[in-house]
Amino acid sequence: MKILVVDDEPDMQTLFQQRFRKEIKEHKVDFAFAISGEEALSYLNKHEHEAVLILSDINMPGMSGLELLQHIKEKYAVPPPVVMMITAYGDSENYNQAMRLGADDFLTKPIDFAVLKEKLKIENNA
Amino acid sequence: MSLEPFIAFLYILHLRKSSKTFASLQQWDKVFIGLLLAIAFLFVIEVVFSAGFIIKWLWHLLMLFIITATFKLPELSRFKTIMLAVLPLAVILLLKDLIKPFTDQFFVSIKNLLNYTFPLATTWLIALSIIWTRQQKALEKERQLRLAEEQQHKIVEARKMELELLVAERTAQLTRQKEELENALVDLQTTQKQLIQSEKMASLGELTAGIAHEIQNPLNFVNNFSEVSVELLDELKDGPLHNLPQAEQEEVEVIINNLTQNLEKINHHGKRADAIVKGMLQHSRSSSAEKEPTDINALVDEYLRLSYHGLRAKDKLFNASIKTNFDENVGAVEVVPQDIGRVFLNLLNNAFYAVTEKKKNLAGTYEPTVSVSTRRLDDAIEIVVKDNGNGIPQVVAEKIFQPFFTTKPTGQGTGLGLSLSYDIIKAHEGEIKVETKEGECTEFTISLPLNIIPDI
Repeated sequence: MKILVVDDEPDMQTLFQQRFRKEIKEHKVDFAFAISGEEALSYLNKHEHEAVLILSDINMPGMSGLELLQHIKEKYAVPPPVVMMITAYGDSENYNQAMRLGADDFLTKPIDFAVLKEKLKIENNA
Repeated sequence: MSLEPFIAFLYILHLRKSSKTFASLQQWDKVFIGLLLAIAFLFVIEVVFSAGFIIKWLWHLLMLFIITATFKLPELSRFKTIMLAVLPLAVILLLKDLIKPFTDQFFVSIKNLLNYTFPLATTWLIALSIIWTRQQKALEKERQLRLAEEQQHKIVEARKMELELLVAERTAQLTRQKEELENALVDLQTTQKQLIQSEKMASLGELTAGIAHEIQNPLNFVNNFSEVSVELLDELKDGPLHNLPQAEQEEVEVIINNLTQNLEKINHHGKRADAIVKGMLQHSRSSSAEKEPTDINALVDEYLRLSYHGLRAKDKLFNASIKTNFDENVGAVEVVPQDIGRVFLNLLNNAFYAVTEKKKNLAGTYEPTVSVSTRRLDDAIEIVVKDNGNGIPQVVAEKIFQPFFTTKPTGQGTGLGLSLSYDIIKAHEGEIKVETKEGECTEFTISLPLNIIPDI
C-alpha cells in the first residue's frame, strides 16, 4: 500500500520511516512524502493510478490540509483515495469541517502510532 | 337736672368700647352693663318722680366711686386722663350741693366762685375729652399698624419656616442622591475590576489555547522519537549486540540500558507535557454539549462521591468528614452537566487536598472536614464548597484563577483546574468567588443565574 504523508515538518518523514521500519522492510507499505499541499497534488498527478492513502496535516503554509482534502475529493472522484487528517488542532471546528469535506478519519497530534497502525490495517482490509 | 349721669354714662360706654381692644377689661363687661342700666334707671326715676333732691347725692356718690375706682384700679389706670378732665367739674358740682344749705357771706362768695369756675371746668372737660379722643385715635392707629406689622412678621416667619423645611428636604434629597451616586461609583469600580480580571482571563485563555496547539507539534516528535528510539535500541540489543566480543558486549549493554532509560524519561516527561496541553485545550474547547435542566443537588452529590472515592482509591490513608446541606428548593437549573460537574470536581479535589495537607502537618485533634451546601436565592442558586484546610494567603488568592498557577508539587497539578472552572462558570454567566482565612478555612462560592440565556 502506498501512503502519502503530507506535513510541512520534514522530521515527519524520519519519524514515519522509523515507526514503520518493519512494515517498510517487509514491503507491506511504501511511503511517499510531501511538505506542502501543492507538492502533494503534483505527486498525485504523476502517480494517478496508484492506490494511495493520504495522511495530511491541516496547518501548513500555502495550501492547507483542508484545501488539499477538498481538491482531492473533487478531482479524484473514482475511486476516491482515503484521506486521514492528522492535526494538532483537534478542536470541533476543524473536525467538523474535515468531516464535511469528506475526510475518512481524523487524528490528533501527538500521533499515537499504535492507533494509526490499527486504522491502517482496517483500511487495508476494507 | 344734673350733668353727672351723662358724664358717668358716657365714661362707662367708653370703657365698654375700650374693653374690645384691652383684654383686661373684658371680665368687667357685666359690671359696665349693670352700671349703665343703673344710671339709666336712676335717671328715669329722677325725671319721672322729680326726685332730684335724693338722687343727685347718688350721682355724687357714683362720680366719687368712678373717680376713685379709676385712680385705684390698675386696669383702669390708662383712663386717669379722662378723670383729670372730669375731676374739676365733679368737685364743683359736689361742692355746690354741699354748701347749698349755707347762707353765710363766706359760702355765698364760694358759691359765686364755683359759678364762675363752672364754665371753666366744663371747657376743661370738653377740651381734654377732645384731646383724649384724638390721642386714642392716634394710639389706635399705631396699634393697628403694629398689628399689621406683627401679621406681616408672622407671615414672614411662616415663610421662613417653610423655606427651611424645603431646604432641609432638598438637602436630604441631595445627600441621598450623593450616597446613591457613591454606591453606584463603588459598584462601577468593582465591575470594572471584575471586567479587567475576566478580560485578562479571557486573553490568557486564548493565548493558552494557541500555545497549547503549537506545542503539540514538537511534542509529537519528542514523544514518538523517544518511543521509536527505545524500540531501535531494543532491536540493537537483540541483534547486532551479540556480534560484539563478550567483553565489549557488557559495556555496550550498560550504555544501551542507560540510553533506554533516558529515552523513557524523555517520553515520560513528554507525556506529562501532553497532559498539561490537553488540559489547556479544554479552555478553548467550545462547549459543544447542550445545556439541559440538571438537578444541581444530585450533580453535587454525584461528584462529591466521585472525588472522595477517587482520592480513596489513590491513597488508602485519605480520610475526611463530609458535611452536606442541600436546599431542596434549588431544583433543576439549565447547565451543561459535564462542565459544571468538572467545576465541582475541581473544587472538591482541591478541598480534600487542602485538608489532607493540613492533616499531614497537624496530627492529633485536627478533623479534616469538607462541607458542601446549596442555596436557592431569588434569581440564582449558590453552591458553597468549604474546607477547614490551611486557607490561601492573600497574595496567592489573587492568582488562583490564572492558568498554570498551582501550589501543588510538580507533577501533581497542572494549575488549570480553577482556571478552567472559572471559564466554565463564566460561560454559564455565573460567578465564582473565594473567601479564605489563612490557617483556618477556604470557601468557594459559585452562583449560577436561573434565567440563563441559551447560547445561540
